Amino acid sequence: MSSSEVANRPGANYLNVDYGIKSWLLTTDHKRIAWLYLVAITFFFAVGGVAATLMRLNLLEPQGLLVEPETYNKLFSTHGIVMIFLFLVPSIPAVLGNFLIPMMLGARDVAFPRLNLLSWYVFMTGGSIVMYALIAGGVDTGWTFYTPLSTMYLNTHVMATATGIFIAGFSSILTGLNFVVTIHKMRAPGLTWFRLPLFIWAMYATSIIFIIGTPVIAISLALIVIERLFHVGIFDPALGGDPILFQHLFWFYSHPAVYVMILPSMGVISEVITALSHKKIFGYHFIAFSSIAIAAIGFLVWGHHMFVSGQSIYAGLVFSALSMAVAIPSAVKVFNWTATLYKGSISYEAPMLYALGFIGLFTIGGLTGLYLATTAVDQHVHATYFVVAHFHYIMVGGAIMGYMAGIHFWWPKISGKLYPDGWSRVAAVIIFVGFNLTFFPQFILGYLGMPRRYAVYPPEFQTLNVISTAGATILGLGYIIPLIYFAWSVRYGAPAGDNPWQATGLEWTTASPPPTHNFEETPVVTEEPYGYDRIAEEIQVA
Amino acid sequence: MPHAFPLFPQEASTLAPAVDHLFYFLTAVSVFFSALIFLLIFYFAVKYRRRSKDEPPPKNQVVNNIPLEIMWTVIPMILVTIMYFWGADIFVRNSLPPPNSTEIFVIGKQWMWHIEHTNGKREINALHIPEGVPIKLTMTSQDVIHDFFVPAFRVKKDVLPDRYTTEWFEATKVGKYHFFCNQYCGMGHSLMRGWVYVMTPQNYEKWLNSGVTGATMAEQGEKLYHQYGCITCHGTGKGPAFVGLFGKPVKLSTGQTVIANDSYIRESILYPSAQIVNGYPAIMPTFKGQVTEEQVLQLTAYIKSLGSKERNTGTP
Repeated sequence: MSSSEVANRPGANYLNVDYGIKSWLLTTDHKRIAWLYLVAITFFFAVGGVAATLMRLNLLEPQGLLVEPETYNKLFSTHGIVMIFLFLVPSIPAVLGNFLIPMMLGARDVAFPRLNLLSWYVFMTGGSIVMYALIAGGVDTGWTFYTPLSTMYLNTHVMATATGIFIAGFSSILTGLNFVVTIHKMRAPGLTWFRLPLFIWAMYATSIIFIIGTPVIAISLALIVIERLFHVGIFDPALGGDPILFQHLFWFYSHPAVYVMILPSMGVISEVITALSHKKIFGYHFIAFSSIAIAAIGFLVWGHHMFVSGQSIYAGLVFSALSMAVAIPSAVKVFNWTATLYKGSISYEAPMLYALGFIGLFTIGGLTGLYLATTAVDQHVHATYFVVAHFHYIMVGGAIMGYMAGIHFWWPKISGKLYPDGWSRVAAVIIFVGFNLTFFPQFILGYLGMPRRYAVYPPEFQTLNVISTAGATILGLGYIIPLIYFAWSVRYGAPAGDNPWQATGLEWTTASPPPTHNFEETPVVTEEPYGYDRIAEEIQVA
Repeated sequence: MPHAFPLFPQEASTLAPAVDHLFYFLTAVSVFFSALIFLLIFYFAVKYRRRSKDEPPPKNQVVNNIPLEIMWTVIPMILVTIMYFWGADIFVRNSLPPPNSTEIFVIGKQWMWHIEHTNGKREINALHIPEGVPIKLTMTSQDVIHDFFVPAFRVKKDVLPDRYTTEWFEATKVGKYHFFCNQYCGMGHSLMRGWVYVMTPQNYEKWLNSGVTGATMAEQGEKLYHQYGCITCHGTGKGPAFVGLFGKPVKLSTGQTVIANDSYIRESILYPSAQIVNGYPAIMPTFKGQVTEEQVLQLTAYIKSLGSKERNTGTP
């Protein structure tokens, strides 16, 4: 049988159409590419997680329990670089975005399927070079690569790491480009902009940031390599460069990059909250435009990382005002999600638990962001554990909770199988508890004045560090449980059925797992998303 | 428990209580909104839970409410505006040293702090200061970016190579307080820390004058002024004179006017062609690589001392 005949066989889907290794590594099917990313970023998450575990263990003792400061510096650098560039940035866009964007649009695939596969290879090339740098001896720049430390003073594998991230960045740019074109050109008949699911709006905003922001980090990293290699004075004043210039370039990308990590999660939350409360989203337009507002203002706030860098205090005041402004659309989202629950029919499977966890933790993460946007308070808590805690409330409490919500919500569609309901709820609760125990004490540590990136610390900070490490242990265990039951479900899980959540959305109208071409017939869209009220009326009429 | 832990850091500077009050306000706002969201979620979660698997979706769904949207846009806007101005006010006060501050000089290098008082007294990883006197730190780094952070004073500022940054505080309580390098600077970053010793002015005076064997910073600067031959031009009228220079406006060849402050003098020694004084030829060679950051500070101290002499005697 030829492959097209297999694909047309009844019961054929994108997973069972071919089992060969080549059919995976050379696939142009967006759903299979999503799997390629899923496997890759799960691996990178494990690498970053091991580094975090070793850090937390080391911090049990003020003098360092396990390793010398030199090694500790490599551990936090590894944790940051791998988690941000190789896990969080690609996580939701590359896995869920790839899988869902064409399905939600009623399309066969993304606009450029082969470019999509190329993006994965580019990502893997970059990722492999970073892994090489770690194995060859590691890097101790921190994920921020501040100059002139990174260019002229460190003798670790800075070049390889920077090259790896530089290359991986092109994967983001290509993916962003692919998504923007797909969203513009591949929508099903009748699927106007304001009939798009909010996940698509979030992915659209994210893609714009990918395209505009990523070239700037690529330039910054290239300049680091040029200064290291050829001693061209760009950042090191000893060579005639400007050390602050790097911070401007770096944060011009890296602050919007935070929104790259959180916006997709916000998109996921909008889908999960509506589906599991069978409620139409509250304030659709406000949520959609707040994504765009966050992406736009997000490019104008980078200087809030530099209030104490020696930047003019008046520049600091402007960046402070702009940073305050970005809080508004974030607050609007939180209120609209909460209002969506009002008079809903709320069920508590794992995706909803993660989604509610997301709202709570993102609220705390967002509010503590105001402390850092407030110049006078930042002058005290800047670059202390307060920032570490705030950042993790957004990145773990926000971005990863959203990723977990999304994976749990769409897993039945992706794999065609159900995962164990009880275990998944238990894991969600463990992760929530472990997370708060790990990171809440760090707010206090930071307010007390403990600087981040300290391998050894004054003994009065020990108690809070021990509590934090205890929490991290719980959190780590929490992450292992889903890994086990997802793997288990692929083989042993019960068939999911096309629409286990009774959710609206085009992706739920086709089989689970979907056929290679997603839809038997091109769907036609005649209404706004989240039409749960209409379902209610139909039931009433019937 | 190995150590009991406090929940609040020590408050030991004039501006620390102001920062803390703002911190408490932010915390109050945060607790209120977190509690509001948590309680609403919890209430909705219980009240509107799905009671059976095949419960139909609710009818007559509320999906929009413009007054509500305006309310929850405007209230946060008002709150962040308050935070902004409150914070900006303290930030500006916390960033601009009072003119009568006592100057102390800080040089950071991997991985130690070198501190010098104007009378020539030096210390390593320790900073002795008097209580009740505004202190201005003029700071620079010999290598990478560091940061001088005193949690008990609620201030920090990055310490940069090739330029000066300043930080000021007025201590209010005699005692011993941590200072930390707060900008990751390589292997020994977490060891680059020390203690601020706040003393009564009498004890400080005693400490400052004990065991000083060398000359004051200005005297050492004067020695350098002769040793490096600055005197050949600046003492003869071939170059701009130093008497009464410090703190005064200087007209440049570009027509611009700048104030002769620490940064201006530093730049004029290390990068003489960057800012040429109007009416003088650009003939001064650079001293970059010949003088250390400490020597630049000493030369600056010397020039400052000439300025004050002039003011004291009242001659033009």
